[in-house]
Amino acid sequence: MDVLNAITLFANFVFVPGLAYGAQLALGALGITLIYSILRFANFAHGDQMAFGTMVVILLTWWFQSLGVSLGPLPTALLALPLGMAALALYALAADKFVYRHYREIKAPPIRLVMASVGVMFVTNGLVRVIIGPDDQAFMDGERFIVRAGNFRRAMGLNEGLAIKSSQALTVVIAIALVVALFWFLNRTRTGKSMRAFSDNEDLALLSGISPQKVVTVTWIIAAALMTIAGTLYGLDKSFKPFTYFQLLLPMFAAAIVGGVGNPVGAILGGFVVAFSEVTITYAYKKFLTYLVPESLAPEGLMQLLSTDYKFAVSFIILVVVLLVRPTGLMRGKVI
Amino acid sequence: MFMSGDNLVGGYGGADILKGCSVGVERGEIAVIVGPNGAGKSTAMKAMLGMLDLREGQVMLDGKDITDLTPQDRIAQGVGFVPQTSNVFTGMSVEENLEMGAFLRDDDFSGTMEEICALFPILKEKRRQPAGELSGGQRQQVAVGRALMTKPSVLMLDEPTAGVSPIVMDELFDRILEIRETGVAILMVEQNARQALNIADRGYVLVTGENRFTDTGEALLANPEVRASFLGG
Amino acid sequence: MSATTSNPSAGSDSQTMRAVLGFAAFGALLALVGFLQSWNVMLAIFNLCLISAVMALGVNIQWGYAGLFNVGIMGFAALGGVAAVLTSTAPVASAWQAGGLGILASGAVTLGVIALAVIAYRKLASGPLKTLVMLVVIIGGYFVIREVYDPAVAAIEADNPAQSGFLGGLGMPIMLSWAVGGVLAAAAAWLIGKVALGLRSDYLAIATLGISEIIIAMIKNEDWLTRGVKNVTGLDRPVPYEIDLQGAPWFTQLATDRGFDLVEGSSIFVKLAYAALFSSVLIAVLALCVLALASPWGRMVRAIRDNEVSAAAMGKNVTARHLQIFVLGSAVVGIAGAMLTTLDGQFTPGSYQPLRFTFLIWVMVIVGGSGNNLGSVLGAFFIWFIWIEAEIVGNWLMANATQFLEEGSALRTHLIDSAQHMRLFTMGIIMLLVMRFSPGGLLPERTASR
Repeated sequence: MDVLNAITLFANFVFVPGLAYGAQLALGALGITLIYSILRFANFAHGDQMAFGTMVVILLTWWFQSLGVSLGPLPTALLALPLGMAALALYALAADKFVYRHYREIKAPPIRLVMASVGVMFVTNGLVRVIIGPDDQAFMDGERFIVRAGNFRRAMGLNEGLAIKSSQALTVVIAIALVVALFWFLNRTRTGKSMRAFSDNEDLALLSGISPQKVVTVTWIIAAALMTIAGTLYGLDKSFKPFTYFQLLLPMFAAAIVGGVGNPVGAILGGFVVAFSEVTITYAYKKFLTYLVPESLAPEGLMQLLSTDYKFAVSFIILVVVLLVRPTGLMRGKVI
Repeated sequence: MFMSGDNLVGGYGGADILKGCSVGVERGEIAVIVGPNGAGKSTAMKAMLGMLDLREGQVMLDGKDITDLTPQDRIAQGVGFVPQTSNVFTGMSVEENLEMGAFLRDDDFSGTMEEICALFPILKEKRRQPAGELSGGQRQQVAVGRALMTKPSVLMLDEPTAGVSPIVMDELFDRILEIRETGVAILMVEQNARQALNIADRGYVLVTGENRFTDTGEALLANPEVRASFLGG
Repeated sequence: MSATTSNPSAGSDSQTMRAVLGFAAFGALLALVGFLQSWNVMLAIFNLCLISAVMALGVNIQWGYAGLFNVGIMGFAALGGVAAVLTSTAPVASAWQAGGLGILASGAVTLGVIALAVIAYRKLASGPLKTLVMLVVIIGGYFVIREVYDPAVAAIEADNPAQSGFLGGLGMPIMLSWAVGGVLAAAAAWLIGKVALGLRSDYLAIATLGISEIIIAMIKNEDWLTRGVKNVTGLDRPVPYEIDLQGAPWFTQLATDRGFDLVEGSSIFVKLAYAALFSSVLIAVLALCVLALASPWGRMVRAIRDNEVSAAAMGKNVTARHLQIFVLGSAVVGIAGAMLTTLDGQFTPGSYQPLRFTFLIWVMVIVGGSGNNLGSVLGAFFIWFIWIEAEIVGNWLMANATQFLEEGSALRTHLIDSAQHMRLFTMGIIMLLVMRFSPGGLLPERTASR
């Protein structure tokens, strides 16, 4: 029995990565839920728009690096982040002007908007591949670790080490700050409240003199900020590859639906539910259990519930279970 | 008249629903539109608000022709409107509902909010509660309160008592009478014709998009023909 | 995109004219390729046009008849590919010996667990006990299944992994797999439809996106079934091999009589044979679609499409009808998927890319005319043609456009490399433009009300 080593092992391979991944998914799902509740469609271009924003951040990061500009221990990407957000906001607003607005004006059924977002996804995906290419790009610089596994092991006198990457810490800190800011904005400012009103009852919002164009514009700007930040944090933590971002669509949708579409608190909760399910189900528990049970009972196999190749299956199963058992999601979002 | 729709003709793209009806209201007065189902009562009100394409006729407000203004512009000009259904922001608190009502105002509206809370004390009590959790009558009060936040000179109500109990209806009518005292012109469409005409200074009986009877509320209640056809004897 | 905006009142004559003109224009394009490039290239493009058309028809059944947005076309097409492997490859006796029994046993255990879970779900009263029992059955069952399944998989995959390492198939003619592919895709569609239909319309889209990702993950990782990314090559062929033709006396005789090159002629002959097979499937599916739409069933489907609310009010079970349509449409996609793998002669899980399968097919349906069967066929023909030729044209354009740049410069290499991605971009733009400015597509559906 070696509980401390087991806990460290678990924290290192499940809890810390899950926390960071959950925060990234939560930011993505928050964007999806925001667009859903205000613009009223499931945005299939979300993953690729994330890739677009992140791409701008990467290109600027490279440029800053070539100029010798850096943030010291922090990744240079943070410096490029506001510009990436602005670029994606402009891109999203252009997409809204040339694509989505028409369907809003003719009051097309929501599935048309979903389809249009698939078109935007296609275009964005092509654009990102043309500009930065389809390959992996690394852009993390600065101090890589806050806690190194070796140092932790020596300091605590354990077999197992706990590593905390600065990208993971940054993810959690930025996500918390962002969520606090977003909730403050939605609940305390006039514009934020008008967005909630528009989402709640569009006709009445119009009768109250709320400008739909302004609400839509602000929504895209906020969504673009969330997408760029989520994408950049994911890229810093793991790596940037356009196709990976497209694939993030499924866990992000799952997170938004699990939490209850249209409910921001639910989106955050959903992000962590999906992330922790994915990580705990695909983790091989062999070593963890070996620490906890007597030697004679030590498991032989990997003790892995599902191979990591099937991590998308986890999001999917969660999605299916929610749709079957509680279509409104955990936090009672909007239904139909 | 302070606000009036004259010879309104129009519909929702298909056949005309309004066939030349006229309605209007003075300040400090309650005007009620009654009539059988499908007579175009709510349509007439929507036309006043600008939610309908008029082929003929004009809408006047305080001597100005507002026929070509959008609903939003009319609201900015001092018209308040309470829709019949989904007339509150269910996910927002009572206080936020009122704030949204004042969205167009740039000045300090805390005074108006206090006046409305004085008129509807229940709103002050429940101001932190989501409007969706209130009872039907309380919701109607929120809805009326929201519309009053712009300090409108005309308040239009589309069947404010639909689906509420008789006691709540009386209570609501009392409040509407109080609002009248502040000098607001009140135009409402009502299903409960008898009770509504009771408090009305002016009544319009619409049938198939045309005025059948136009008179004071009292006179209409006394008119045997109106009684027989529209008030159930 | 010469299409004008749809005019619902347009007579059927102008409809027919449009269709005739459209197909004639496509024929002219093919002839152009035949003369300028080669007839071999032309037929290669045409065969894929035919398969794409069947796939687009399947999607059109779902979208045009019921407004169902399927974002998982790739997954259903891949199931067709799986069917091709499982039907046509020879069974591997040694692998069956090593782990066949284990796989069968794990299948039986899975069924048992599902049965137990269903019984528990039906018999127990709602409450914490029911939840607990269900969880124990499902989680415990999962471990039992894995206990049987894992060693069997390991044994099969260890059996001659370089050449085989899988159970193989039934050793039946590959043409049979087209039907099997339809059945597999229909089964997957039924499961998804059961879960996601009847809820909000975009849930189906998200669920199909999910299932297609999972199907691809499975065919990449379940090596015992389809060899995973090791690919299955040398699949059975429904048509003769070129090399056999070149040796066949009747064919050499034909070549000398008609005076064509033996090698090129054999290749064209094979492609023509494929084209004949695929065309018959396409015509059969098209005919069935037309017949179905004219039947009482079709009338009900159209009634639901034109006004879902009133159809539901009239007592039509909209969700059940949608499920039928979803299953049928997916089956057609599965058939096309099996045909595609047959044409390729190999099963390569890595080649299933969502942008190539799912979204390109959608562009075909939208450009062709949502809801119009003939339109989907025409859309598929044109879009596949553009997709293939755009690569050639794009590369050529990019190579010329970058001539002023230094040979071997980083920017020039990047631009030339990126030409292939321009196709995606262009397809997306085409899709958005058609949706926006010509929602009826090339051949607008007469009753289009969407």
